[in-house]
Amino acid sequence: MNSYLPVIIGMALVTYLPRLLPLMLLQRLKLRPSVMRFLQLVPYTSLSILIVRGVLTSQPEMMPAALAGIGVAGTLAYLKGNLVLSVLSGIGVSFLVITFIG
Amino acid sequence: MRQDTKKLIREGIVAGSPLILGYFPIAMAFGLLAKNTGLTITDTSATSLLVYAGASQFMFLDLVRAGVSAGSIILATFLLNLRHMMMSASLSVNLKKDTSGFLPIIGFGITDETFSVLSFNRDKLSLPFILTVNLIAYGSWLGGTAVGYLVGEVIPKALQDSLGLGLYAMFAALLFPSFKADKEYLKPAFLGAVTYYAIFKTGLLSSGWDIIAGIVIASALGVFVMGKEDKDE
Repeated sequence: MNSYLPVIIGMALVTYLPRLLPLMLLQRLKLRPSVMRFLQLVPYTSLSILIVRGVLTSQPEMMPAALAGIGVAGTLAYLKGNLVLSVLSGIGVSFLVITFIG
Repeated sequence: MRQDTKKLIREGIVAGSPLILGYFPIAMAFGLLAKNTGLTITDTSATSLLVYAGASQFMFLDLVRAGVSAGSIILATFLLNLRHMMMSASLSVNLKKDTSGFLPIIGFGITDETFSVLSFNRDKLSLPFILTVNLIAYGSWLGGTAVGYLVGEVIPKALQDSLGLGLYAMFAALLFPSFKADKEYLKPAFLGAVTYYAIFKTGLLSSGWDIIAGIVIASALGVFVMGKEDKDE
C-alpha cells in the first residue's frame, strides 16, 4: 500500500499558513474602526453560517435530528448558560429523534 | 506556577471542555472512515496530527476514494480551510501581550471549534487560557482519531450519528447566549444565515469559497447595518 504522507504534508501546509499569517501580520497594524468592526462580527456570521451549512448539507433523513439538537442546545444555553449540559442535551435529543422518528 | 496562571488554566478547562464532546466523536468517525478507506494507521494519525481540520480531512477521504490527484486534493483543502484566515484575523485583535512569542503555536490550533470558544471569551485571550483550550481540542481530536480507527465499529450507528451532530449543537450553544448580552448581534447572525442560504441555493460557489464568501459578505453587510461604533470596547 502506498503512503499518502506527501499529500498529507501538502494539506498541512496550506491549512497552517492561512491560520498563522493573519495572527502575525494584523497585530502590528493599526486597523481602521470599520475593519475592527468587521473582524468583530466574524464570530457571529461564521458560526451562523456553519450551523446553516451543517443543516443544509446533512443527509435528508438526518435533518430533523440536526434541527432538534441545534434548537435544544441553543435554547438551553440561552436559558441556563451551561455549555456542557446544553451540548449533551442536544446530542441526547438528536439520538432520540434518530432512534424513534428517523 | 503563579496563582493567576493557575486561574487562567482553570478558566481554559471550563471554557474548553465542551470541545471534547464536539471533537472526540467526530474524530472517531474520521478514524473509522479512514480505516474503511484503506489508509494505514500511520497516515490516519498523521492527517489528524498535521492537518488538524475536520471537514477537510473527511473531504480528503472522499477524494482518495474518488482517485483524485494529489494536487487537486491539496488545492481543495486550501480552499476549504481558507475560512480560518478570517477567524485568525478576528482573533488577532484581542490577543493579550503574553502571546507574542507563541503565535506559531496558537495559529496551528485555530479551528472552527476553538475559534468559537475563544472568540466568545474575548476578554480572556492570554497565553495559558488559549493553550489550554487548544490542547483540549487537539488532544480530543488525536485521541478520537486513534480510538475510532482501532475500535470504532463497536459504537451503534444511531449513537455515532447523534454524536456527530454534537458539533452543531455546540455552535448553537455558543452563539445563542451571546444574543442575551446584546440583541444587536442577532443582526450579523441573521445576515450570515440568509447570505449563506442564498449562496447555497444558487450553487454558484464551490465548497470552500461558499463559506469564505458568506463570512465576508455577511460581516461587511453587518458593518453597514450596525455602523462602525463598537459599544463593547
